[in-house]
Amino acid sequence: MDFLTILQVLDSSVRLATPLLLACLAGLFSERAGVIDIGLEGKMLVAAFFSAAIAYMSGSVWVGLLAGIASSVALALIHGLASITFRGNQLISGVAINFLAAGVTVLVAQHWFEQGGRTPSLTGDGRFESVTLPLAETLRNVPVLGPIYYELISGQFLLVYIAVLVVPLTWWVLYRTRFGLRLRAVGENPAAVDTAGISVTRLRYMAVIICGVLCGLAGAYLATALQAGFVKDMTAGRGFIALAALIFAKWKPWPAMWTCLLFGVLQAVALRYQNIEIGNFVIPVQFMDALPYILTVVILAGLVGRAIPPLAGGEPYTKER
Amino acid sequence: MTLMKSLMGAAAAVALTAGLATAEPALIYDLGGKFDKSFNEAAHNGAERWAKDTGGSYKDIEIQTEAQREQAVRRFAEAGFNPVVTTGFAIASVLEEVAGDYPDTNFVTIDGWVDPEKHPNVLIIGFTEHEGSYLVGMMAAQASQSGTVGFIGGMDVPLIRKFACGYAQGVKAANPDATVIANMTGTTPSAWNDPVKGSELTKAQISQGADVVYAAAGGTGVGVLQTAADEGILSIGVDSNQNHLHPGKVLTSMLKRVDVAVYNVMTAGEEMEPGVLVLDLSADGVGYAMDDNNAELVSGDMQSSVEDAKAKIIAGEIDVHDYTSDDSCPVLNF
Repeated sequence: MDFLTILQVLDSSVRLATPLLLACLAGLFSERAGVIDIGLEGKMLVAAFFSAAIAYMSGSVWVGLLAGIASSVALALIHGLASITFRGNQLISGVAINFLAAGVTVLVAQHWFEQGGRTPSLTGDGRFESVTLPLAETLRNVPVLGPIYYELISGQFLLVYIAVLVVPLTWWVLYRTRFGLRLRAVGENPAAVDTAGISVTRLRYMAVIICGVLCGLAGAYLATALQAGFVKDMTAGRGFIALAALIFAKWKPWPAMWTCLLFGVLQAVALRYQNIEIGNFVIPVQFMDALPYILTVVILAGLVGRAIPPLAGGEPYTKER
Repeated sequence: MTLMKSLMGAAAAVALTAGLATAEPALIYDLGGKFDKSFNEAAHNGAERWAKDTGGSYKDIEIQTEAQREQAVRRFAEAGFNPVVTTGFAIASVLEEVAGDYPDTNFVTIDGWVDPEKHPNVLIIGFTEHEGSYLVGMMAAQASQSGTVGFIGGMDVPLIRKFACGYAQGVKAANPDATVIANMTGTTPSAWNDPVKGSELTKAQISQGADVVYAAAGGTGVGVLQTAADEGILSIGVDSNQNHLHPGKVLTSMLKRVDVAVYNVMTAGEEMEPGVLVLDLSADGVGYAMDDNNAELVSGDMQSSVEDAKAKIIAGEIDVHDYTSDDSCPVLNF
């Protein structure tokens, strides 16, 4: 494996890890506030559809992006309404959202475009172009660092850079702001937050809205940056891999980034090499595909450290009567 | 909402004719969905054409999960639909269970395989995809500048390996030194609808030198064709004619005339003959697509050599190995 191949695999890893990272951080905000969210997949899917559909109609990817975020936030609010206001079961609400998204996207797509549940292909301004960072061409011939900068760091989509910036931002919000402290507290011990005179409901709603925005970015990235349009069920389980990454990262922002990158590398390697031969031993591609889930089970089983979820996760908060 | 109208129309027609003897046909699509621009859409087109030509009506369903297969087959059989046409290899195990319970109903499986001895009321329709893939493989090898061509399959199942193996044989026939890179998208049904992974696979194959890629991957193929067009290489579509998706950038499409099969079965109606039917090159069951969109990409030499090979396959002079006959491929390792 030569240097250029490694760079190409890493480049592919970054592209594949970005939707995972955005969805994982979305889940992090929601779950840190005590609202378990298995509807990440559904929110990404509606965002993918509406960003592509509106980008096609308006001819502007930015309008599409906003529409994607808005649709994802709308689903997040439904989840909030069911699980915060009406204190319903958060898992069931999440499952319902996934089903709703899978059905609504195809139905609306068929009604609007009549192309069999997909959007027409986006062209020109309807799509994100990759960003070439300054000096990329000039530095290209510098040994080692030049190709790294040119192939790997430059030439990604704007949303990739945004996703990477959201990581320190999340860390700062969670650990360095009053809002973050309260958000974490509401996921551990909502009664204490309530006693301090702070609205648990309000905080949890803010968390699910942030979750919606981030899922919206992830979905728009899939449909308008990586692809040129929406295809039925195009998220293909990425929302669930993001949940696995969230557990693997023990609900912390920086580990979330490293985990998503690790999962991205695993996927990219599996895509590049069908079967990997190490000596006489052959690792089948199916094993590489399953590895993220296997690692998560290992973590959950307590073999490598322990993953302790937020204490109040999944519990609807009832004010004392 | 023409879809809704036709569904309601079909429902109303069923209600009206429930007491009459003539039964309507029913069609069950595989998980890729009715409008996958490929395999299932071809079945849909065949049924629509039949409905238009004969003025008849039919009922169809898109299943959402594996578990719905049996439910859908039983529902249609109980409601008196005849024949019940199913697409996709995965439904075969359901037909094995169900067909015996409804001896008066005829079932059709396209791509599936059940024992014809045990199930006298099932028509098994198969295609010689390896022969069609062989032809497009020859075209790929001749269009390639780099001598490296790619194959991207959907779910890793014997049927898709049959495509890959036929393709690789065609490539080698036209250029013995050519390299074929073959990848599968995944091992679960989501591999039929993952265009993002399709794109990444295409990029990985391009970086390994491929300049023509053949996608046999349902909805995933949309991502493959898109990326190939974006990156300036040629692609080959599958099942339906996909040349129009990116005019001038899709070399050809391997046609699998599922539409013809569905049309013929529906025309025969209740009188259809169960058994085994293989639609091969001589029956025009498979082939390659030529139209205005790819006319400039295919040279006269290329077309004459492919036509020559086609004639030889029909005459039995060229024997294209079928992966499913012995689960191995002489020119490709999986």
